[in-house]
Amino acid sequence: MLDYVTSYLSSNTTPGQAGNLVWALIYILIVFGGVSVAVMAMNWLERKALAHFQIRLGPMRVGPHGLLQPIADAIKLLTKEDIIPERADRLVFWIAPLIILCASFAVYVVIPFGPTHAITDLNIGILFMLGVSSLSVLGVVMAGWASNSHYPLIGSLRSSAQMISYEVAMGLAVVSAILMTSLNPSGTGTLSMIGIVEAQQRQQIWYLFKFFPLGFIAFAIFAIAMVAETNRAPFDLPEAESELTAGFHTEYSGLRWSLFMLGEYAAMIAVSSIAVTLWLGGWLRPFPNALTGATWDLAFSLFPGFLFLILAAVAWVGVIRMPKHPYFRVQTLGLAGFGVVLGLIGLVLFVPPVRDRIQDIFWFTAKVAFFMYMYIWYRATFPRYRFDQLMRVGWKVLLPISLAVLIGTAVAGVVL
Amino acid sequence: MTPVATPFFFYFLAGLTLLSAILVITRKNAVHSALALILGLLAQSGLYLMLYAPFVAGVQIILYAGGIMVLFLFVIMLVNLERSQKEEQFNRQKVAGTLAAIALGGLFVAVFIKGKALFPASSNQIAEGSNTQQVGELLYGQYMFAFEIASLLLLVAIIGAVVMAKKRI
Repeated sequence: MLDYVTSYLSSNTTPGQAGNLVWALIYILIVFGGVSVAVMAMNWLERKALAHFQIRLGPMRVGPHGLLQPIADAIKLLTKEDIIPERADRLVFWIAPLIILCASFAVYVVIPFGPTHAITDLNIGILFMLGVSSLSVLGVVMAGWASNSHYPLIGSLRSSAQMISYEVAMGLAVVSAILMTSLNPSGTGTLSMIGIVEAQQRQQIWYLFKFFPLGFIAFAIFAIAMVAETNRAPFDLPEAESELTAGFHTEYSGLRWSLFMLGEYAAMIAVSSIAVTLWLGGWLRPFPNALTGATWDLAFSLFPGFLFLILAAVAWVGVIRMPKHPYFRVQTLGLAGFGVVLGLIGLVLFVPPVRDRIQDIFWFTAKVAFFMYMYIWYRATFPRYRFDQLMRVGWKVLLPISLAVLIGTAVAGVVL
Repeated sequence: MTPVATPFFFYFLAGLTLLSAILVITRKNAVHSALALILGLLAQSGLYLMLYAPFVAGVQIILYAGGIMVLFLFVIMLVNLERSQKEEQFNRQKVAGTLAAIALGGLFVAVFIKGKALFPASSNQIAEGSNTQQVGELLYGQYMFAFEIASLLLLVAIIGAVVMAKKRI
C-alpha cells in the first residue's frame, strides 16, 4: 500500500496517467478545496475592489478590513430558509444548481497547474473543457423554466441565447490556437492541455505573440467571449437587476442560490485557466527560453516567497495604521496574526524542495489571478450592453473576425 | 494499468441509456422528456469512451448534449405545455407497433446469437493517446472528399434555414 502511494512520486506524470487512484483522489481534494477557497477570496476581493472603484470602503466590520466577510456570508446563506415556489417543478428546480456546479467543477480535471500537477491529462483535454462547460447552459435553462415565473424564464432564455452565440466565436478562437500546436515536424497538433503548453515551450513563444497580431486577436476574442460565457458584466443581461430582478435565479434562496454563485465563480476561474493555457504559456515562468541558466532559475523561483513576504509587510503596515482605540484591539490582533501567517508561508516557500515544486503552480495561479482581477475591473468600468447590441457583437463582429483569424492562422502556418 | 472498460461500466451505462430512452417516451411533460434524452446522450458518450474513442465522446457532448439539446429545450419552453399535457400521448397503431418491435427484437436476438461469427473476437486496439490525431488524419487524408461534400451539404442546409426563416433577405 505504502509502495503504491510513494511509487507515484518518482513517476513524473499526472496521477491520471500513472493510474494512481490514491494520488488522483488527493489531487481532486486539493484542487476542489483550493478552488472553493479561491472563490471565497474572490468574493471578498470583488466587493472590496468594487467598493474602492466607487470610492466606498466596502466590507470593514467582520474581521480586519472585512477579511472574514465571506465566512459570515456563507454561514448566513447556510442558515437561511430554503424556499421552493409552490407551483415550481420540484425535481428540475432541485437539479438545476447541481448541474451548474458539477459542470463548472468537472472541468478542473484537465487543468494543468504544472507539467505533472493536473488530475489527469486527457487526449481531448480542451474539447472536454469546452464540452462540459457548455453543459452549464442546461442548468441555467432548467432553473429558469422550473421556477415557473416570468423573470427567471426571460432571464434564462436570454442567457442561453447569449451563451450559445458566444460559444461559436470562442470555439473558433480556440481552434486557431490549436492550429498553432501543429507547427512541428510531425504536422499534427494536440488537444491535450499539457501538450498545448509544451508546444508553446518548444516553439519558444507564447501563442499570444505568435504570428503577431493573429494570436493576439484570437486571444482578445476569447477574452471577450469568456466574459459573455460566464454571464458577467458588461454581458450580465441574464441577471440585469433593473429589468429582470436577478434573472434565472430570482426564485432561488439560501444554499441553492449560493450553489449558483459558487458555480459562476468556479466557471470564471476555469475559463481564465483555458485562456492562460492556450495563449499565456500555462505554467511556464516568464522567458523560460531567453533567460536560462541557474541564476535566472533561482531568481524566478524566489519570486513566490518574496511576494508572500511583501503581502505580510502590507498586512503589518495595516496593523501599524490601525486606530489605537481599545475597540479595535481584536481587529489589530487578527490582522497581525494574518500577517504572521503570510510571512510564514513566504518563508516556507524559500525551502528548496518546496520552491521547486511550487513555482509552476505559482506562475499559473498568478496569470489566472490577473484575469480574475480583470473581471472585477470590467464590472466596475463598463456599462451593460443592450440585448440587440450583444447579439450584434457576437454574430456580426466577433464571429467574422474569428473566422478570418482562423483562416489567417492556417495560411500563416503553411507559408511561414 | 488496469483497463477501464470493465463489464460493470458497460452494463451501468447501457442500463442508463435504456432507462432514459424509456423515460423520454413515457413522460407527459416535454421538458422532462428532453432532460431524459440529455441523460441518455451523456451515457452514450460514456460508452464511446469505453470503446477508446475519446474524440467521438467529446464531440457527442459538445454537439448533442451542449448544443442541439439546449436548442430543443429552448423551443419546448416556449410551447404551451398545459395544452400538450391534455393531448393523448400514444397513438393507436398497436398492430404496426407490435410488428416493428418483434422485427427489431428478432434482429437483436439474431445478432446476439450469431454475434461471434459476425464480428471479430478482438480488433487491433487503437492507441488512446493519439486517437484524435488519427481521426484528423483520416478525415483530412483518406476521406477528404466525403468530408468536404458533407460540409457543403451542411452549408446548403444553413442557407435553406435562413431563407425559410427570414421573410425579407
